[in-house]
Amino acid sequence: MAMEINQVIEETARDAYGRLLSYLAVNWRDLQAVEDAIGDAFLSALETWPKAGIPDKPEAWLITAARRRLIDRARRTRISDSALPTLHAMSEDTQLLTTSDAAFPDERLRMMFLCTHPAIDPMMRTPLMLQTVLGIDAARIASAFIVKPSTMGQRLTRAKAKIRVERLTFEMPDAEEIPARLDSVLEAIYAAYGSGWDEAASVDSSRRQLAGEAIYLGKLLLHHGPSEPEVYGLSALMLHCEARRGARYDDEGNYMPLSDQDCSRWDQRLIMEAEHYLHTASQAGRIGRFQLMAAIQSVHAQRLWTGRTEWVAIAQLYEGLVRICPTIGAFIGRVAAVAEAYGVDQGIHLLEAIPFEEVVNYQPYWALAGHLYKRLNRVEVARSAYSRAIGLSTDAAVRQFLDRQASELMT
Amino acid sequence: MTYTLMLFESEEDFAARTDPARQEQYLAGWTHFTRALKEAGIVVYGAGLYAPETAATMKRRGGELMVQDGPFAETKEQLGGIMVIDVPDIDTALEWAARAPVATVEVRQNIPPLK
Repeated sequence: MAMEINQVIEETARDAYGRLLSYLAVNWRDLQAVEDAIGDAFLSALETWPKAGIPDKPEAWLITAARRRLIDRARRTRISDSALPTLHAMSEDTQLLTTSDAAFPDERLRMMFLCTHPAIDPMMRTPLMLQTVLGIDAARIASAFIVKPSTMGQRLTRAKAKIRVERLTFEMPDAEEIPARLDSVLEAIYAAYGSGWDEAASVDSSRRQLAGEAIYLGKLLLHHGPSEPEVYGLSALMLHCEARRGARYDDEGNYMPLSDQDCSRWDQRLIMEAEHYLHTASQAGRIGRFQLMAAIQSVHAQRLWTGRTEWVAIAQLYEGLVRICPTIGAFIGRVAAVAEAYGVDQGIHLLEAIPFEEVVNYQPYWALAGHLYKRLNRVEVARSAYSRAIGLSTDAAVRQFLDRQASELMT
Repeated sequence: MTYTLMLFESEEDFAARTDPARQEQYLAGWTHFTRALKEAGIVVYGAGLYAPETAATMKRRGGELMVQDGPFAETKEQLGGIMVIDVPDIDTALEWAARAPVATVEVRQNIPPLK
């Protein structure tokens, strides 16, 4: 029984944490206080529920408990009278929740916009969103971003203090603000997914442990956010990449690059879902970076049915991508596609045009350089590029793969 | 600012150093890592250490000086080398630690030299 109750609490926590937090925070504004209050509420649930049984409406119970904590805290710290009407309004809301079948207001979208507010450091937007909307603890976020956990904790606390002190708005942005603000939300979710120009970069990213969370956030935006084509584009992109998860390693645990993957190991259901979103996005007739990136993955996915990869189409999509979103990752992807579509020489030509100082520590550049120089039989340059790629990799399977590639070089 | 990466190796790693079948690959891992560090221009100093069983540890117990064979603490992973790097912050130092070909790396900031 105790086990069961713990399970109910855990499940409630996973499903409802972000909704509880967002709902309370939108009214209360002090994120840290709300987090503490919810933490206390969950703790008292762990104590009370096994004795008294699980309440009919666990979420409403938790909200009531958390609200009580907030009121206690307000009394202790003698919060100004201006907070009282808010508290009373919340109290009435909560009454309604506990006594009727009224739907729980979902404020997570507002929370996502708040986390990506222009006043919040861009580096902290994704971690803040992961913590507030999904309840992921600072330690796990820190590992995914390769940051010292206490540092991550301090940065999160600082960001929350900023929201409170500067009274950043929880209101939805105005219609004319939406495109720019939405872009920041998409950017933050994509940063959680942490995928790169090719499969190796995705495998090599420590962010891959958050892939499921990023997809969840993408879907949340899809269901509650503005119906913009880029919103669909982002989910299509992530699902296409996710569909290949099971094919990235063979049975011996060796890393498999996209072109060598056994497509029977791709998840067709996810591919179809991604294609559906991409199709929906295209109906709007407004192209954007995430739609383009998803379209590139969509062309790769076609190999499942056609048995071949249309590199010319991929190269064209990358042309469009570097024009609207000239990131280093996009440039590298374009080089790879051009080399496949029009020959290695053309690829190398583009590769060597990339400013060197941008790629000194950029693993995908060196992995691709090794691959292309190898095909031109420029053995020494290839060997040295592979060496740097291996030295910059964080994943043992990727290192082994690159090492095998390098060992095939003629001496 | 300078940071020290303390690179810890498992018993298996130490064994690979001298195992003819694994030696080449083991050493190559270090060559690649140090090459990337050097190309980044951040290396202050680096040194690999011989295996822990070659160590001598000095301890003072109640005023008495004792020397023992082996490392200070018998742990599964032992210090295998250090790398001092010059990077702007601990975030960057950790980024480099993640690239090291070992399972455990302790990262600490160096105290600036006394004037």
